[in-house]
Amino acid sequence: MEWKMYLFAFLVGGAFALVGQLIFDLTNFSAGHILSGFTVAGGILGGLGLYPKLVELAGAGATMPIASFGNALVQGAISEAKRTGVIGVLTGMFELTSTGITAAIVFGFFVALIFDPKG
Amino acid sequence: MPRDPKKKPLTVEQKRYTEMVRDLVPKPPYLRNALLAFLFGGLVAVVGQLVTDIYRLTMGLTAKEAGNPAVATMIFIGAILTGVGVFDKIARYAGMGLAVPVTGFANSVVSAALEFKREGLVYGVGSKMFILAGSVITFGVVTAFVIGLIYALFII
Repeated sequence: MEWKMYLFAFLVGGAFALVGQLIFDLTNFSAGHILSGFTVAGGILGGLGLYPKLVELAGAGATMPIASFGNALVQGAISEAKRTGVIGVLTGMFELTSTGITAAIVFGFFVALIFDPKG
Repeated sequence: MPRDPKKKPLTVEQKRYTEMVRDLVPKPPYLRNALLAFLFGGLVAVVGQLVTDIYRLTMGLTAKEAGNPAVATMIFIGAILTGVGVFDKIARYAGMGLAVPVTGFANSVVSAALEFKREGLVYGVGSKMFILAGSVITFGVVTAFVIGLIYALFII
């Protein structure tokens, strides 16, 4: 375990949230707009090859924010396209992100079964 | 929201009223919100890093492979915290600090599922679960499709 990784994770993860908060407070964009925007931005940075470098540097600081979802979609599509051609864009799309989507659906479903809405 | 420019112009009274309201409405404490978001966003990332390292060291995975179960674990934590009603209480202070990481994705799925539970398991929980998180998936996939296509056609 490297303490440096934790420092960068904290700084980068915090910076993502900070930017989101500033956009939320200073503009008319809703949380949904901001999170969608982050995902698109992560996808573009992933396509340019910059996001993987951020992951190497900051670990979870880069993999935890939602921008990572956009990056992971792009990496899945590109890596499968490298193996199988254009069709790989479709087949590889969810290769890396299926964990997150599946977890959200399964846990979301069972939590909704067990708990009742508050208030 | 910005005003629709096609609507007829404001009367003098309306203008004066808008200015009055604008001055009276309290401004959000930008600095405090930004600092709290930074702290909580950083904290979630540190917890995520810890979980990643635990998977990496106990299951003999590479850092890249350990990222996926770590994301699932954070989604699990976010989902449970939302279910017991703690998430909203923390999010009141943390703001985007909890919304920007995957915990926010989990929260948007679970809170929608809970909100529409009374409409039944199929049309409520089943269909409306992604009423908030759906836009993130849609825009993410469309972006990735366009970039992937450019890559496949012109770069590879």
